[in-house]
Amino acid sequence: MRHVILSIVMWLLANVAHAFEIEDRAVFGDETDSAPLRIVSTADINYFKPIIDAFRAFRPDVTIDYTVASSTEVMDAISREKHPFDIVISSAMDLQTKLANDGFARKHTSLATQDLPNWAVWNDMVYAFTQEPAGFVISNALFKGLPIPQNRQQLITALRQNPDRFKGRVGTYDIRKSGAGYLFATQDARASDTYWRLTEVMGTLDPTLYCCASAMIDDVVNGDLAVAYNVLASYAEKSPHQDKFTIILPSDFSIVMLRTMLIPKTSDNPVLAAEFLDFVLAQTYPSGVSPLLKTQSLGQAEQSTLYRISMGPGLLVYLDYFKKKNFIAEWENAIVQD
Amino acid sequence: MLLLSAAGIAILLYVVVQSVAEQIAQESQDNILAASAISILDSARVVEGDISIDLPYSSLSMLDSVTDERAFYAIRLNDEFLSGYPDLPRIAATNDATAFQSTTYLGEDIRIASTWRSFSTLEGQAYLEISVAQTLTGLNQSIARISRISLAIGFGFFLLSMVVAMVIAQSTIRPLHRLTGSVSRRGPSDLRPVAAPVPTEMAPLVTSLNSLMTRLQKSLSRSEDFIAEAAHRVRTPMAIVRTQAEVTLRRVEKEEHRQAVREMIRAVDESSRTAGQLLDHAMVSFRTDDLARETIQLDDLIVDTVNRLHPISELRDVEIKTHKLTRTKIQGDPILVQNAIQNVLDNAVKYTDADTKITVMLDQSDGYAQIRVQDEGRGFDDTEIDQLLQRFERGKNADGIVGSGLGLTIVDDIMRAHGGRITLSNNVGEGACVTLSFPL
Amino acid sequence: MRFLLIEDNQALANAVIERLSLDSHIVDHAANLTTAWDYTATAEYDLILLDIMLPDGDGRSFLEQHRSAKSRTPVIVLTARSEVSDRVGILDLGADDYMVKPIDFSELEARCRAVLRRQTGAAQNTIHFGEIEFDSLAATLKVNGTEVKLRTKELRLFEVFINAPNQIFPKSQLLDRLFSYDVEASENAIEVYVGRLRKHLIGSNVSITTVRGLGYKLECQ
Repeated sequence: MRHVILSIVMWLLANVAHAFEIEDRAVFGDETDSAPLRIVSTADINYFKPIIDAFRAFRPDVTIDYTVASSTEVMDAISREKHPFDIVISSAMDLQTKLANDGFARKHTSLATQDLPNWAVWNDMVYAFTQEPAGFVISNALFKGLPIPQNRQQLITALRQNPDRFKGRVGTYDIRKSGAGYLFATQDARASDTYWRLTEVMGTLDPTLYCCASAMIDDVVNGDLAVAYNVLASYAEKSPHQDKFTIILPSDFSIVMLRTMLIPKTSDNPVLAAEFLDFVLAQTYPSGVSPLLKTQSLGQAEQSTLYRISMGPGLLVYLDYFKKKNFIAEWENAIVQD
Repeated sequence: MLLLSAAGIAILLYVVVQSVAEQIAQESQDNILAASAISILDSARVVEGDISIDLPYSSLSMLDSVTDERAFYAIRLNDEFLSGYPDLPRIAATNDATAFQSTTYLGEDIRIASTWRSFSTLEGQAYLEISVAQTLTGLNQSIARISRISLAIGFGFFLLSMVVAMVIAQSTIRPLHRLTGSVSRRGPSDLRPVAAPVPTEMAPLVTSLNSLMTRLQKSLSRSEDFIAEAAHRVRTPMAIVRTQAEVTLRRVEKEEHRQAVREMIRAVDESSRTAGQLLDHAMVSFRTDDLARETIQLDDLIVDTVNRLHPISELRDVEIKTHKLTRTKIQGDPILVQNAIQNVLDNAVKYTDADTKITVMLDQSDGYAQIRVQDEGRGFDDTEIDQLLQRFERGKNADGIVGSGLGLTIVDDIMRAHGGRITLSNNVGEGACVTLSFPL
Repeated sequence: MRFLLIEDNQALANAVIERLSLDSHIVDHAANLTTAWDYTATAEYDLILLDIMLPDGDGRSFLEQHRSAKSRTPVIVLTARSEVSDRVGILDLGADDYMVKPIDFSELEARCRAVLRRQTGAAQNTIHFGEIEFDSLAATLKVNGTEVKLRTKELRLFEVFINAPNQIFPKSQLLDRLFSYDVEASENAIEVYVGRLRKHLIGSNVSITTVRGLGYKLECQ
């Protein structure tokens, strides 16, 4: 299972091949291979490496060129710049759905796609291969002496009753900057009105707004935040400082994001791409969770409280210009309080 | 003729069901698209003189509720694009509140619904246009499904009409017979009460019923030709298949192929036997309705029947013997009586083992002529003797033997029509005994 | 044997001809009554197979004329119609036997034999091979002057062998020719019947030999 990994970090590399902005890139296998499997993904290299290793153990002759970019850049790379990627992996379910809806994805069916659950596939184009719930990340130190809130209502109560303790110590996504944050917020709001009450309560506590989950987790670890709201448990579990915080999947309902994969029409190598996709699906189903990308909290959560974001044109609604404008205005109204 | 018209009706039925169902499928898609467009239109508000639209989540999610569909929409205000897919084709406005059109977009067939409403804004009257479109995966799927179903309906109708035509014809004629007072004609299987004597004011009804009866009788004789024609149509292709299969069996070497061909032959035998018995049954029903009363020399008829079965029984190494045939005359339909005897003997030959003997006896007792057919086979299961006479029931002991189970039912019908009965019993020792009793 | 097949369905006729010629029979085919009359006027047949529904007339009219012409050739009617309506009529008109389609050829063979036996009576139909004499109609086998009556299965098995001496027959093929398709018979049964035939052949220069792995054949030393 040993192979050379050549990792080239190309921060803000502006060259002709990549007009979109990439964050990281790695080639697994023969770097001179002229026809590698090109993956563009929103997931960190380390997060996805177990899958790549497993696939290459099975197909050592295949070189994998893995590029990391933000979800909007991934979208642009395919829809606008038509880069010949073979696989698109993204946590932005709405953008993936839009890519497929707008005709940028290739239909794929095979033996591996036959018995997938309904929620895991849309239109034979978008395939889910993880289920990642979002929850609260609670600082053990700053909640000392208080019961750990198990659902949104308890979190609201805790925040209301201890304004002094929590002032300036609550954090959540800035949904104007983060696609994932926007997706969670809209799904949260769709699922329950509690979302708006919680947002208003956070608004009174001078919340810190974040672009990314990792920064939020860091601030919980170093004691700046008492609670980070709507953080993917899968990210929090990766932190080396597990003793500093508690991950809570709210018992009223947890939004579950599905990481999805599709084969773009621009792919130069759709046969290999299909093989890779089938390989990942075979790893993931029928259990619905790949052992290589397992989220521990998911196994512990009450199944009935898991609220999977469903793929389909419903997701396009929140990408609508008016809808987005209205939602963000309402959100700003609640969270940015003078 | 009847066959042709049944086929004609079946095709018509197929076409009608198909087109009506397609229309309904199209309408239900249109309804969903319209609902989606209207829900978007309803979310439009004028806020401080500006149009603001808040797409309901369901407006697009409803498009995808049954099958995965790609969905597109466009919101335009006075021909100016506001949101959605700018290049989505437009439909010319009509007088209707909602207009529909089938077209293509992004290389796929889609169906578009558009709806309109006017608003007062700061710049004066504005015309808001909402278009919602959807791919046709689900529609095409349901049309394909409908196609299959309507084909099945057409075909099923055809088959059903073949069988039912006869059944209806006879069940219709029975009450008429009763009304005209031929009570004696009623068969023992007629379970309905006798109609009261017809009052004089109902005489016109009786007359018209009588003429209807005449017409029905004509159609009955046409039906008889129809059955013969149907039999011919069914059996000839089966004969071709079976013969070719036998030829193939001589040619193929591989055991698995030979096994497959053997099974094919077996299947053809099974279905041709079933078809034959269904047709026989229909024919028996006709003849029992208007039973011939000829004098039959029963013992001679038995000998003839046994002789005819000889080659088949020989093939199975079964011996059919007649024993103590008393000279006996009965009244009845010789064709039906022979059919009854043959059915019983056929059964005996089928269910008895090789190198055994079947004995046919004829004697008279208690005013009945009794034909007894005894075999040395497996006998009947005591618990199911009654059910055996029911249509399509086959004995539990009949595994692996070709037969449709109608044989004994046919015999039962024939016996009842002659005022006699069939009795099943088991011999002391081994084997079954079937007794046919005809009144003398 | 020489057959005349009167059948208007070409596909069925072709299949029947092919099937019968597998057993070394010669078959002439007439697709209508006119052609059939031409054939019967110019050739002698052992047996006529007659379909009832024909394009230029009812097969029954053929039967009537055939009998009134005092022809001795037996006729087996192949009908596709309901037995109940056709039976008595056909036999009364002078058909020797009838079969309902689809045709089981083992049954046809048996019916042919029965019809011919009835018709020729004591007439000889003997095949000589080595030191034996075989009469398929009488179902007898004469070995060195001693006559043995063959039972049905023995007879049919021996017929297969004697029609093609020295040809090797695999057991599975013999099985299909001996047993009807709705009976589950094993190849052991073939061994039993071969055993019986061998017993009958003892004392002659004719024997059924086993060809290892292939089957059996009839030989004369």
